[in-house]
Amino acid sequence: MATKKAPERPNVSKEELLSYYREMLLIRRFEEKAGQLYGMGLIGGFCHLYIGQEAVVVGLEAAAKEGDKRLTSYRDHGHMLACGMDPKGVMAELTGREGGYSKGKGGSMHMFSREKHFYGGHGIVGAQVPLGAGLAFSDWYKGNDNVTFTYFGDGAANQGQVYETYNMAELWGLPVIFVIENNQYAMGTSVKRATKSTTLFGRGLAYGIPGEQVDGMDVLAVKEAGEKAVAHCRAGKGPYILEMMTYRYRGHSMSDPAKYRTREEVEKIKTEKDCIEHVRDLLTQGGLASEEDLKAIDKEIKAIVNEAAEFSKESPEPALSELYTDIYA
Amino acid sequence: MATQVLMPALSPTMEEGTLAKWLVKEGDTVKSGQILAEIETDKATMEFEAVDEGIVGKILVAEGTAGVKVNTPIAVLVEEGESADAAPALVAAPVAAAAAPVAAVAKAPVAVVSKASADWAEGTPMKTMTVREALREAMAEEMRGNGNVFLMGEEVGEYQGAYKISQGLLDEFGPKRVIDTPITEHGFAGIAVGAAWGGLNPIVEFMTFNFAMQAIDHIVNSAAKTNYMSGGQLGCPIVFRGPNGAAARVGAQHSQDYAAWYAALPGLKVVMPYSAADAKGLLKQAIRDPNPVIFLENEIMYGKSFEVPDLPDFTIPFGKAKIWREGTDVTIVSFGIGMTYALEAADKLAAEGISAEVIDLRTLRPLDYDTVLASVMKTNRCVTVEEGFPVGSIGNHLSAVIMERAFDYLDAPVINLCGKDVPMPYAANLEKLALVTTAEVVEAVKSVCYR
Ligand SMILES: Cc1ncc(C[n+]2csc(CCOP(=O)(O)OP(=O)(O)O)c2C)c(N)n1
Ligand SMILES: [Mg+2]
Repeated sequence: MATKKAPERPNVSKEELLSYYREMLLIRRFEEKAGQLYGMGLIGGFCHLYIGQEAVVVGLEAAAKEGDKRLTSYRDHGHMLACGMDPKGVMAELTGREGGYSKGKGGSMHMFSREKHFYGGHGIVGAQVPLGAGLAFSDWYKGNDNVTFTYFGDGAANQGQVYETYNMAELWGLPVIFVIENNQYAMGTSVKRATKSTTLFGRGLAYGIPGEQVDGMDVLAVKEAGEKAVAHCRAGKGPYILEMMTYRYRGHSMSDPAKYRTREEVEKIKTEKDCIEHVRDLLTQGGLASEEDLKAIDKEIKAIVNEAAEFSKESPEPALSELYTDIYA
Repeated sequence: MATQVLMPALSPTMEEGTLAKWLVKEGDTVKSGQILAEIETDKATMEFEAVDEGIVGKILVAEGTAGVKVNTPIAVLVEEGESADAAPALVAAPVAAAAAPVAAVAKAPVAVVSKASADWAEGTPMKTMTVREALREAMAEEMRGNGNVFLMGEEVGEYQGAYKISQGLLDEFGPKRVIDTPITEHGFAGIAVGAAWGGLNPIVEFMTFNFAMQAIDHIVNSAAKTNYMSGGQLGCPIVFRGPNGAAARVGAQHSQDYAAWYAALPGLKVVMPYSAADAKGLLKQAIRDPNPVIFLENEIMYGKSFEVPDLPDFTIPFGKAKIWREGTDVTIVSFGIGMTYALEAADKLAAEGISAEVIDLRTLRPLDYDTVLASVMKTNRCVTVEEGFPVGSIGNHLSAVIMERAFDYLDAPVINLCGKDVPMPYAANLEKLALVTTAEVVEAVKSVCYR
């Protein structure tokens, strides 16, 4: 990854920058709170935090339009917040309560919202890739110009079904954007220990799918690449691959001993590449916002997150009769 | 305001841990995200980060303290100029819905163990070990004894195993025999089957059996059927092992018991141990078996301790059930984690004057019908206990066999207790309801005893 650029004044409005700042900060604070609730035993099972990767979903959502679909793995909280799902409903699902998006039945890894076109929340590594292409197939079939953002990890990129999907997606010209969130690790396995390929997007070329590597810590670069990919898909030219170079700050899940990387490695990225600090610098050093302005946003976000946490504690557990509902449509 | 730092839950199944080391001392200023302490769980040593910022006012639990329960206050953070005594009364805030890991206390075999199923000679020296250690020892011993045995799977090497079963094996046997794979279950399962045909003895670890569904074609179509299709030429000496069944609060895609699925397949052998001694003896046997063996472990059982014979080479043959407890009124048949509920229920029933015989099947294919039938002919009643789905369960199959071969001995219909007929819910209250419980076993036994 490139080292930190001196903040320049890119061709982007103050309002846009402020909204990226706000959305990325919401995800970060939300995830910190989730980690805290997990430690208190309010959230159980697996809980995979998105901290560090916020620019990826925020940048791509900025390139999306109403009707576009998205789906991802178990590391899904950031995607849901970025596409406009209610933090209260997400947090209440984490605590397994009635007010959660899946009525408490899905948990951290399995949430969905038809309204926001969010199709999960999938626990089996790689499984969401053909599913995403299938959603894109439905738009292609109906003849509209919507696209599907199909997110998956560097580890998932080694599953065979990814390549079966690439082949068919290009063969049929499906409007799907494959977003590889290359955060350098799949649990404790670094990309280098899992493949000799030097890039992951490059594998798509064998199937005829164009793609590129993007600085996934830079929300503006992400948005620009997203717009290019979206234009390709909407024009009926078939799939596109974006390999987002990013980094997860926390452990794989809550129970990760993190012996596979050094504390220095994590600190270096945090200080040199943090996506939120990047936008903060653009805002303050560009004279677009004062420390006071940003403090006010911080406060506002903190209130939203606290409200979500309160809701997630107060919402009751699902009724016992819910055990046998929703098995069939 | 002063805030308490509570002992965190660092894994789905953690109830307590050791406060291994403090990385801050009283008076230090900490930032959110800073590492406060190292905490040891049964799986790993983990770093614990500060959530709030503040000054360490007081350390309440000294480093080196073991058995610190989740949510116990371990330190107090204060603000500049504030005294630690200003901290609110030290009440941990336990929450009604706190992750309640499925209570599964391993039981020492209290009652008489039938002589017929003793797996080691009387007077054999014993040692206490966890199921996790037993599995590790079994693999290490077999790898020392046979250079063609190797282990492959996700995170088995450098990470020391996602559930620490393979801890230390990479150091001892090196990367050629302890192989980290990419996340490609279908691919590496097929490669392992090919390697077995080529004369090697692979042990394939699935991080959990939920992920073996990616590879099930090679398990079923390649490993299980080829000896038959080749007229006996191409046996497949391979072990597929890993945790199976529900852990705690990990949701529908990560909580399924595959016992009945694999037990349905000719060409496979299927093992599902309960105790550490069985885990060790049966895994060694599995590695030596010339056929594909599905070895179903359980995450909740990994940390439970049992007595294991201290013998240099100890195996347990397949197809022999173990009678954990002799009884006269009813036969309870179970296997794997189901034994926890069966044995607990037998204790409770004994207190109410009902004498239950408890049988652990240990292997589901081959299955020890004779031991079950002999017991049912004696007690005239039977309840089966398992975690899997109720339709097409192991209990269903046993009921059919009992009906065919011991119909005249039955004084009541056989009851099959299973997990509920629903995908596993995440919510704590619903998950509890979906799993089979000791109370259900007690109730079922009373009903077949007409009590
Ligand atoms: C088929 C399958 N195999 C293994 C796992 C266990 N597992 C969960 S996440 C993970 C690592 C995935 O890494 P990556 O795709 O890079 O995504 P990241 O966690 O970095 O977001 C593994 C091995 C699983 N859930 N599904
Ligand atoms: Mg990754």
